[in-house]
Amino acid sequence: MDGDDPRLTYRMARPETLSIVHLDSFSAVYHRASGITHLLAAPAPEILAALGEAGQTLPSLMARLGALYTLEDADAAALEARLDELVACGLVSCEPGL
Amino acid sequence: MRAGVLRTGALSVRHVFSVRVGPVGFRIGSDWRAPIAALERVYAAYPAPHGGIADFSVRLFAARPWRRFVRPAVMIGGDYVLPEAAPLPLAQGLLAAEMGMNLQMALGQRHYLLLHAAVVEREGQAMILTGASGAGKSTLAALLSLRGWRLMADEFALIDPRTGLVHAFPRAVSLKNAGVATIAAEVPERRLGPLLAHTPKGTIRHLIPDTTAVAKMDCPARPAAILFPSFGYARATRAVLPSEVFVRLTQASTNYVALGERGFDTLTRMVTTLPAFAIDYPDTNTAIDQVEAAWAAL
Repeated sequence: MDGDDPRLTYRMARPETLSIVHLDSFSAVYHRASGITHLLAAPAPEILAALGEAGQTLPSLMARLGALYTLEDADAAALEARLDELVACGLVSCEPGL
Repeated sequence: MRAGVLRTGALSVRHVFSVRVGPVGFRIGSDWRAPIAALERVYAAYPAPHGGIADFSVRLFAARPWRRFVRPAVMIGGDYVLPEAAPLPLAQGLLAAEMGMNLQMALGQRHYLLLHAAVVEREGQAMILTGASGAGKSTLAALLSLRGWRLMADEFALIDPRTGLVHAFPRAVSLKNAGVATIAAEVPERRLGPLLAHTPKGTIRHLIPDTTAVAKMDCPARPAAILFPSFGYARATRAVLPSEVFVRLTQASTNYVALGERGFDTLTRMVTTLPAFAIDYPDTNTAIDQVEAAWAAL
């Protein structure tokens, strides 16, 4: 995935396609579109919540997460890797920005 | 009525036994009399399926026609089959029937979330004992049933997705290896099935559930705790986090994926509301002590 492009927009899967249950430090996510259950550890649930339906570019997501949480190791490459994992399992979509 | 019953029912079998265990009716047909006779003895106190109609059919048949007579080998068939399943000797026909019933449940049950677990109940509250094969859940459930608990299940916990209640499925308890002598020392001979030696799972003997287990098998219970027993370790009890319980129970379920979101909702509700403990135990008396202590602390 060409994550170097800051115009790429990442969006959480439509909320009606997800059922998210917070268990402890993990969250169980049922993805209705695929019928697959995912068990997510931090920061994946936080990333999903911060993306929202409107979507975020990588820089804007980093800024939003920084506003919501104390980021001890803010690292765009690491965040991009987490996003790519979420894209790979279908919980996040990635589109070229306008 | 399931279409599979019609299909399988059309096949001719020489000997037939029908039984209802909890909410599930089975029809077991066999090329030989012996496995049916063993089932008739073990399940003598059980009713017939509702309306005489079985939910699942099991068929025990000869691997080859002539093998019905010469070193007979029992193949397991039914509504659902595992094509690669190996035949068992006729002396283990009861085991073949039990495996056949398990197979139908594991592959065909859609009304309940199935957990590979034993279940015991006291005062309307159920305790679910789950864990890998050999963890000792059957022996523990059998012992608890001799100490005032009602045996609800040995092989499968049936969780109703609509209510969250666990329904009884009190099949004969499949005691294995050391568990056979442990229980045989406490019950009269009439409570035990035939000794099945050299099976794929070692020595097996079935404990026939007591009259309470059968009389109350239509009474569901509210799950109150989940226990993960492990035999062969120093005494230890620890709480298990919901995420670990969730992973373990998805692995312990034979139909979680097939149930889709109903399975997810049922399981997440269980793991977020029920306390769960891992119990390591060196011997069964210690385990009973730990179970009672955990139960008292709920």
